[in-house]
Amino acid sequence: MAQAFAELKESFIFNFIEGARWKYITNGLWVTLKVTFFALLLGIVIGVVVAMVRSSYDQMKDEMKPGLGKTLMTALNALARLYLTVIRGTPVVVQLLIGYFVIFVSTTNTVFVASMVFGINSGAYITEIIRGGIMSIDHGQFEAGRSIGFTYIQTMRFIIIPQAFKNVLPSLANEFIALLKETAVCGYIGLMDLTKGGDVIRGRTFSAFMPLIAVALIYLLLVVFFSWLIGKLERRLRSSER
Amino acid sequence: MKKTISLILCLVFCFACFAPSALAADKVLKVATNVAFPPYEYYEDEKVVGIDVDIVQAICDKLGYEMELSDMEFGSIITAVAAGKVDVGFGAITITEERAKSVNFTTSYSTGIQSIIVKEDSPITGVEDLEAKGIKIGVQQDTTGDIYATDQFGEDHMARFNKGADAVQALITGKVNCVIIDNSPAETFVAQNKGLKILPTAYAEEAYGFELNKNATELYDEFNGALEELLKDGTVQKIIDKYISAD
Repeated sequence: MAQAFAELKESFIFNFIEGARWKYITNGLWVTLKVTFFALLLGIVIGVVVAMVRSSYDQMKDEMKPGLGKTLMTALNALARLYLTVIRGTPVVVQLLIGYFVIFVSTTNTVFVASMVFGINSGAYITEIIRGGIMSIDHGQFEAGRSIGFTYIQTMRFIIIPQAFKNVLPSLANEFIALLKETAVCGYIGLMDLTKGGDVIRGRTFSAFMPLIAVALIYLLLVVFFSWLIGKLERRLRSSER
Repeated sequence: MKKTISLILCLVFCFACFAPSALAADKVLKVATNVAFPPYEYYEDEKVVGIDVDIVQAICDKLGYEMELSDMEFGSIITAVAAGKVDVGFGAITITEERAKSVNFTTSYSTGIQSIIVKEDSPITGVEDLEAKGIKIGVQQDTTGDIYATDQFGEDHMARFNKGADAVQALITGKVNCVIIDNSPAETFVAQNKGLKILPTAYAEEAYGFELNKNATELYDEFNGALEELLKDGTVQKIIDKYISAD
């Protein structure tokens, strides 16, 4: 037992302390958090906008009078559906490589490219989550808002979205966790994220156990921490129910 | 009843899927490489070919083994050998002291140099230009090019890719300023892509070896013995000449 512990300690020193290799992990962690944060921001913005377009179209297409407004909505809806089909129909690694080599050709800022790609990717999933939330609110609520004189936007802003948000929070948290772990493929475009950092150590020390377990533990801790935060937020929002 | 039958069928199916690899274990040599490194290993007509592959195949033929190849990331090859997942690892892998702590290297079968690829109109003319601030060096992760350049130029200069080809692609699209990679693949990449050139000054010289698990001493003696014979009778040189035209 004592010997196994000593070996473990030696392996730890070799993998992380020697040559200050722990810096690969900390720098990588920082990059992972940066990419996840910006991707989530972008994803939520895209998600809310596209979900509004999709759900409004679905709810109002029969009531709208033919004219510029209806044509515009139809076009926007078609665009949104195309976006959802393409993004949800292709693997994120492929999107990442396309983003890096084909779309954002002129930029050398890899964190930016990764954030954009993961944001656009996540946006598609968040769209469907939020659309589900909006559709789950009884249509009567919407009609009530309109009949007391709220505009469409006001009804959305003050009545529908706050209730929908509470409903979608668990799924949204799920998407956030998935996003955090999905960024592990950033290494494909030469970005030193947490996974790649562990990989570099593995390539230098040729030991699999320490770097992989360390990286896995850090992801796990992050997810546990963020789940706890979101759990708190959920309880806080629920307090208005009684 | 139906459920039981379908469950049994499922189980049988699962076993059928995994069993063959376990049953045909006799005289199979499991090898691992990263198939993205022409002319040492690359795909041609859906088959893996190249200098390393042909030499290992020749050794297998000599010793009566069947080669079972897995294509993995370069950085995982030595780890896989050290962990005993595969018998032999290769991939134009340079013999270094650091690596020799984890695996046993065979006699060197080939030598290579690390070359610097730049765009034809690049202001970079030599190694010393790489030290300038803001210069990004593209490498294949965990190769000696990566390790040497990291030691010399520091973390801020590095952009590490899983494949050498990705690093070259990044050079073409202007994401990195140069690529440091073994000379043979460098020549292939430059031949395949317009507007690139190899700098006349090489970055480093090195010797390639195959690597085996530290504990597999019997296999090591067998394998290395066969390799040395093939080196002596000129088979290895013939294979190298087949892929690299002597000029």
